[in-house]
Amino acid sequence: MSDQVDHSRRRLLTAATVGTGAIGVAFAAVPFLASWQPSARAKALGAPVAVDASKLEAGQMLKVVWRGQAVFVVRRVKAVVDQLGGHNALLSDPNSDDSLQPDYIKASGPARARNPEYWVGLAVCTHLGCSPLGAFEPNNSYQVAGADLGANWPGGFYCPCHGSKYDLSGRVFKGQPAPTNLTVPPYTISADVRIVIGVSDAPKPA
Amino acid sequence: MLKASILVAIGIFCAGTAWCEEGDIALLPSGTDIKNVESLQRGARNFMNYCSGCHSLKYLRYNRMAADLQIPESELPNLMFTSDKAFDGINSAMPGDSEGWFGKQPPDLSLMARARGPDYLYSFLKGFYADKSRIWGVNNLYLQNAAMPHVLYQLQGSQKPVFKNVPDSGGSARMVLTGVEPMTPGAMKPEEYDQFVRDIVNFLDYAAEPIKAKRQSLGVFVMLFLLVFFVLAYLMKKEYWKDVH
Amino acid sequence: MAPAPESADTAKGFIGWIDARFPLTKLWKEQVSEYYAPKNFNFWYYFGVISLVVLVLQLVTGIFLTMNYKPSSSEAFSSIEYIMRDVEWGWLIRYMHSTGASAFFIVIYLHMFRALLYGSHRKPRELLWIFGCLIFLLLMAEAFMGYVLPWGNMSYWGAQVIVSIFSSVPIVGQSLVEWIRGDYYIADATLNRFFALHVAALPLALVFLVIAHLMALHEVGSNNPDGIEIKKHKDPQGHPLDGVPFHPYYTVKDTVGVAAFLLVFCGVIFFAPTFGGLFLEEPNFEPANPLQTPPHIAPVWYFTPYYAMLRAVPSFAGTQIWGVLVLGAAVLVLFFLPWLDRSPVNSIRYRGPIYKVMLAIFVASFITLGVCGLKPPSGIYPMLARVCTVLYFGFFLLMPWYTKYESVKPVPERVTGHA
Repeated sequence: MSDQVDHSRRRLLTAATVGTGAIGVAFAAVPFLASWQPSARAKALGAPVAVDASKLEAGQMLKVVWRGQAVFVVRRVKAVVDQLGGHNALLSDPNSDDSLQPDYIKASGPARARNPEYWVGLAVCTHLGCSPLGAFEPNNSYQVAGADLGANWPGGFYCPCHGSKYDLSGRVFKGQPAPTNLTVPPYTISADVRIVIGVSDAPKPA
Repeated sequence: MLKASILVAIGIFCAGTAWCEEGDIALLPSGTDIKNVESLQRGARNFMNYCSGCHSLKYLRYNRMAADLQIPESELPNLMFTSDKAFDGINSAMPGDSEGWFGKQPPDLSLMARARGPDYLYSFLKGFYADKSRIWGVNNLYLQNAAMPHVLYQLQGSQKPVFKNVPDSGGSARMVLTGVEPMTPGAMKPEEYDQFVRDIVNFLDYAAEPIKAKRQSLGVFVMLFLLVFFVLAYLMKKEYWKDVH
Repeated sequence: MAPAPESADTAKGFIGWIDARFPLTKLWKEQVSEYYAPKNFNFWYYFGVISLVVLVLQLVTGIFLTMNYKPSSSEAFSSIEYIMRDVEWGWLIRYMHSTGASAFFIVIYLHMFRALLYGSHRKPRELLWIFGCLIFLLLMAEAFMGYVLPWGNMSYWGAQVIVSIFSSVPIVGQSLVEWIRGDYYIADATLNRFFALHVAALPLALVFLVIAHLMALHEVGSNNPDGIEIKKHKDPQGHPLDGVPFHPYYTVKDTVGVAAFLLVFCGVIFFAPTFGGLFLEEPNFEPANPLQTPPHIAPVWYFTPYYAMLRAVPSFAGTQIWGVLVLGAAVLVLFFLPWLDRSPVNSIRYRGPIYKVMLAIFVASFITLGVCGLKPPSGIYPMLARVCTVLYFGFFLLMPWYTKYESVKPVPERVTGHA
């Protein structure tokens, strides 16, 4: 009763239609998936944060919030900075190979900073995210209430949650719960100690 | 099929006539073109200089405007008069409780071009006329007893109202406002002023829906793709239905 | 989309594992690849599948909108602009949803019209029709609440007017309205509960009803433009002679229909999303303002026929309840259609001239009512609305007589023509 069914034509047309339809579905999926990207408002709120650290004295710290996280800015005593290379053997990751920081920070060696006098880093312990406390005085073992930082404490950070200890460049000591050094975000620092956290290049002059 | 098209035609017709009753005075055609980037740039400049003192554009971010209007970020500060940053919306310096000054808080204009249409905005900016009974000495042909002063007075000059004698149903006549005509000249020639206002309205049309130009260009691609798909689907249907008798 | 037909014994491997635990192949065969549908479906038969597509579209776009929408009276309007401007591709998702709402009603009205043309509401499909009427009712509630969510000025005042309708209920009217609103005026509480109903409760109910609707359809089989029962004449294998398996014949054909629909749908989204102020109304681009009513309050176009009927009825004995009752009756009368229609034949092709005239008048008056509802109640429109309301009800209430007594044509045994 019916003509010969042209199977190859049927296969071709089916493949062409289904193929085009699949491409269409893929195109249609893009807006939905992309809508999960940070919105313009998120990008605005996550914009770089400027800090004026010029009034900080040696041994003082301030904290700012960038992208919902606390960031330390610590003015370090020069003597301590010079000694930073001396205790690499005590550190888990002395060269920050496994830790997170911009390339220029890794390249700056033990100081882990663009300006060695000021250390900038996330106040987020790499163990479980608690906010570490400052313990900047060398050799003062009991400067953080209730904690014994040990003999020859070089100065650094102490996390009260599970006892992780970091040096003054945020590098974690061996045998701590925390696995890696404190993360350093991208930042710029000007000659007059104006720090902008969240960008790596200074803004071009207008 | 026929019925469906009649349905659609009626719908469109009725939608069209629905506005003819909006007011007795016809709106002037604005002639805006959101693809004209130079016009949008001029409009942005005009808006920031003359309007943003009182009217915010809070849903439009400066950096979005810069990207869409091809304004380099380095020139953006020329357009920013408040302490806002580039990623903020365009806020005005007017405090939030200004009813005492104008009788009404100057409205945010982010969506005004969609709420009233570009023709209305264009007509409005051209429709101020002298009226001594009003607090700022002006009234507006398209919004009776508008609270807004004639901000562009120096550019346009002043206008006076035109009344016509219209007999009403009771047999007597009353004076009805039917238009405006020029009174004293301003710094701009009429065509210059028209273009000035057109640029502002064009910019506001853009501001009400920044994605419009991109939406239309993407739409062409989508329609072509769907046309191809439709043709393939149709051929496939015809092929399979050869089986059916 | 495998074109090769399956037989009962080839299910093995992974599919076989599933089939031993879940009736996958069985369902596929019963409902799709061996479900026989009449071969003479025409243009009017696309709208069922298209309404299913629109339902899925609304669910998906709705979910994505909910990810960024804020259901509070202070943030709702801004969150819509956030979606339109700040969320990547948010504008497209919003336009798909707003156009989809209007598309849903266009498609549903055409789908219901098909039933009136070919008698798809008649025995044994009365319950199918009733499920459909319930879907229609819930869809209207869903659309109404959805329109309030952007919290524009028309959202606010539309809600104000429609909720106030219930104040005309005697004795309990005021308390009822307060209970619906959750406050003394349309407020944040109202918005929040409409959000919960619109996003969760009604979609769930709609999905269940659609499933019930399809189950009722498959239980008795589809009607067709000739209105005859294809199961009366079967081939030696037991398949209707005038039927074709739904897959591949109607999966393939419906793809064409869906493609055509998408062409129109995308044309609107990308080139005319407000559709001249009919799909996205101009006053709604201004935030809700309890102190300023828009010049013309009108519901969205798909409600205007019923709105016109509501306004057409004057108040009697000091109450406006009559208009409300007429509005309710206009929707409820649909449920009774299977029993009002006393014709011996299903399809308009074989009915007498009276039904054809009555149906044409019904369609014309429904459309005219829609136009009247869009306009302010002045000039000829109020009288026109009254006349058309009478004609609308006349179509249904006189039906038991003109369908029973008009002369009909002989109905063929087999279908005439194929798609």
